[in-house]
Amino acid sequence: MTQNLLHINPIAILVHAAIPLVIILVYALVAIWAERKVAGFIQDRLGPMRVGGWHGWAQSIADLLKLIQKEDIIPNDASRFLFKFAPFMMFAASYAAFAVIPFSSSYIGSNINIGVFYLLAVTSVLTLSIIMAGWASNNKWSLLGGMRSAAQMVSYEVPTIATVLTVIVVTGSLNLMTVTEMQSGNDILGFLPNWFIFQNPFLLVAFVIFFISILAESHRVPFDLPESESELVAGYQTEYSGMRWAMFMLAEYADMLLLSLLGATLFFGGWNSPFGDFMSGPFWSFFWFMLKGLLLVFVMMWIRWTLPRYRVDQLMHICWSILIPLSFINLVLVALWEVIF
Amino acid sequence: MVEAIKSGWITFKSIFIGMGVTIRHFFGPSVTLQYPDERPVIPDKARTKLYVNIDDCIGCHLCARACPVNCIYIDTVPATSDVDLGKTSTGNPKRFWLTRFDIDMAKCMYCDLCVHPCPTNCIYMVPDYEYSEFDRTNLIYHFSNLEPAMVAEVKEKAEKEAAEKQKQREEMMRKKAEEAKKKQMEAKKPPQQNTDGETGTKSDKSDNGDS
Repeated sequence: MTQNLLHINPIAILVHAAIPLVIILVYALVAIWAERKVAGFIQDRLGPMRVGGWHGWAQSIADLLKLIQKEDIIPNDASRFLFKFAPFMMFAASYAAFAVIPFSSSYIGSNINIGVFYLLAVTSVLTLSIIMAGWASNNKWSLLGGMRSAAQMVSYEVPTIATVLTVIVVTGSLNLMTVTEMQSGNDILGFLPNWFIFQNPFLLVAFVIFFISILAESHRVPFDLPESESELVAGYQTEYSGMRWAMFMLAEYADMLLLSLLGATLFFGGWNSPFGDFMSGPFWSFFWFMLKGLLLVFVMMWIRWTLPRYRVDQLMHICWSILIPLSFINLVLVALWEVIF
Repeated sequence: MVEAIKSGWITFKSIFIGMGVTIRHFFGPSVTLQYPDERPVIPDKARTKLYVNIDDCIGCHLCARACPVNCIYIDTVPATSDVDLGKTSTGNPKRFWLTRFDIDMAKCMYCDLCVHPCPTNCIYMVPDYEYSEFDRTNLIYHFSNLEPAMVAEVKEKAEKEAAEKQKQREEMMRKKAEEAKKKQMEAKKPPQQNTDGETGTKSDKSDNGDS
């Protein structure tokens, strides 16, 4: 896949690039519906039931149609260009990051050697677009919300990167395809798949830290204070309406999926089947990969309806005085383990 | 260090206990009743909406008097002697035309106090709780089944009969008074019998004064 792009048919490039987009859009429709169903079931309710027949499956399509029809309101004193641009930039950033995710054994957007680095670099544009949205709204609450979430994302990027680094220490490669291929086979204790989470006890710790920090990075409960819907208005999204707001929502869900898929790739063997060669192949590998990613997304939703929200100071305390030292100690321990064994 | 590990352990333990609770609810049954499609079973003595079986009403006003918020309005007209209104299903004879039996459900406080005094059990709650209206006046339920023309006719008849009865009573009173006068006169002056006309006019005057 590293051929010169000039020699490839432009339509082929478009189709190639559109595959992650289709996955994100379908996933967002399903995930928003699923989030409401999960919320309902956990609270002994049913969730949306009416639109579309079976368990209200068309609810998010109806929501989307409603959002398309809504007026696109731009505040008078807002910085018009930045205000309009921020949601698209946010979505573009999370979409671009999907380029290096190996969706299946035969599909990866771009098989570059610095995959993980590229992913982490591109997702930091999300922070920028959030500040952009908050500042351009010309509303003090939006700005405060934007600053808060930027602070949160910048802080939690450190433990995320440190834990990603622990995996990279083991693999020695930044290419996510290579990372996944290194996890094929079922050799641990004779039956367990060669996933990194089973390979090394310190990688398990790394996964726990990684999961906590991706919760914070994608603004999920218990770290959802930038937009804490029960307390604040909506943080940086306050002034947005209609499709622009929907773009933020889409980007947020895409970000959630992206980080879950990254976690699945780094710790749960990516597209590898848990049964060795059984049910493997291009289609099945896509199935296993999405299943792992969506399971992590489900755990995020599950945690959302279990835990209360942290305060800002607690959030920063957890990050700077617990997760960051732990993740660096863990990095050293993993490196030692790799040297010894 | 030990403290930190301990508190970390407690944190994770409580998170997992909490997640266990939520996942149990996730797979547990839901309590939602999908209202327009499914409806709750209403208990027998639920206080919902008042209904009057007007065929059994004898117009005794007991319910209206029991009502703490005065939301029951009853007007009755006595039945004339030429019609027989029949009996209620409980065997009580009906003696009144019910020209008006209105219940203002907007005022009703669902206390059930009107239901128990009814001698014929004709006012009771029916299990209907979906009767919202856009206009408050639509919440006044009219239970009387008499048409306005009928009401007027009945009223006229009753008034006529009442007037007739009044006349009859007056007549009787006058006759009684006359007889009483006669007796008095006879008692006073048994021998004299020639002043009939004078006594008649006198008794008339006294009658007018009485009535």
